Amino acid sequence: MKDLFAVVMLLGIYSLLSASFFVAMDAVDVAFTEAAVGAGISTLLMLVVITMTGRSEKTTRHKPWLALLVVVFTGGVLIYGTFDMPYFGIADAPIHSHVAPRYINESMKEIGIPNIVTSVLASYRAFDTFGEVVVIFTAGIGVMALLSVGRRPEEDEKTTAINDSMHEEYLVIRIVTKMLIPFILLYALYVQFHGDFGPGGGFQAGVIFAAAIILYTMLFGLTTARKVINQSFIQFIAAAGVLLYGCVGIVSMLNGANFFDYNVLASDPVAGQHLGILLIEWGVGCTVASVMIMIFFNFAGRREMQQNNEKVNNIEGDSL
Amino acid sequence: MIIGLFNDWVVVVLMMIGLYIVIAHGNLIKKIVGLAIFQTSVFILYISMANVEGGSAPILAEGIKQFSNPLPHVLILTAIVVGVATTALGLALVVRIKEAYGSIEEEDIQHLDNKTQDETEIQATEGDQS
Repeated sequence: MKDLFAVVMLLGIYSLLSASFFVAMDAVDVAFTEAAVGAGISTLLMLVVITMTGRSEKTTRHKPWLALLVVVFTGGVLIYGTFDMPYFGIADAPIHSHVAPRYINESMKEIGIPNIVTSVLASYRAFDTFGEVVVIFTAGIGVMALLSVGRRPEEDEKTTAINDSMHEEYLVIRIVTKMLIPFILLYALYVQFHGDFGPGGGFQAGVIFAAAIILYTMLFGLTTARKVINQSFIQFIAAAGVLLYGCVGIVSMLNGANFFDYNVLASDPVAGQHLGILLIEWGVGCTVASVMIMIFFNFAGRREMQQNNEKVNNIEGDSL
Repeated sequence: MIIGLFNDWVVVVLMMIGLYIVIAHGNLIKKIVGLAIFQTSVFILYISMANVEGGSAPILAEGIKQFSNPLPHVLILTAIVVGVATTALGLALVVRIKEAYGSIEEEDIQHLDNKTQDETEIQATEGDQS
């Protein structure tokens, strides 16, 4: 398929399908994340990039026989490897016999929240999750370093005029979106705070929150969105989220326990766990939301700069 | 009961599709799409391993005895979000490559690189002669 637009759209559909597969496999939290991230944010980012890099793929002349051979061989070896794997859905497979029973049987007593995924994510394996949050933050910084452009105020005014004239066309979408955005934001907060009891948590909430802001940016233009949410403020929030997460660990250390051992945060261990999980979920949510918004702003800003350059070039070409 | 390994075979097939796209296609966006498919196949591997026959979602409730394994869910949940962040980084690199080379096809980039390398070599030899 040579049309990259179709490729990206199919990838989005594939992500949504795999999200529904995750629901069928009882992994509701994972499905939630995949639906928000795979079908939402990553499809959008790819579309933005396609508008910058061109929509069609060039045909290549050489035949991919060697690649096919390598792939078929590797696939054959992997299939041979699967014959030693435990069968699907068996309850006494090795994977279910080490730490999982403890998580399932003891987490209610030790952590006191019904969603086991949240208690493992935010308490038993908090250090691991901290690493993931730092990776996300670093990726955000990387995108910023690669794509950020310095802006001048007069350019902003020009682009505002362009955006205003452009978006008059999509009146219905604009009004419907305006009505929807508060509910999306509210839903993100619900997912954030209800993560202890049902599927949800900081990661999903952050992505949904970012999706609402990105929707707004797409319809009302980058300049307007930057007026609503200051980009340096977003960068500050991204760092503050990681800092909040780390500080919870440090505070529990200062109170004489291990890093991320929340039992000492309050007089009662279970209350301490609740407080710790609430705080670090906030940290995760803030970082994920602001990194996603930051990434989108940088891509959109880059695109705007390229369009402006093209326009300037065209005007110069005409005057010559 | 050989059909019990069906989930692993689906994963292998998806993984190989992703690998093939990464190797065989020169377009950088398609390479990233291939990586995304590869990534999802790993997610499916973990999640299908976590499933227990007759189990339910790992949220504690009255009257449910059998749960799916929560640990792979946690690992994959974070991996998905990290995955999109790294994909964004890859896309940012693609945008910069497009700006620098004017193309996102591997062959064109290779061609341009070889050309500039040859030119610098010619210049170096000319410099030696003079």
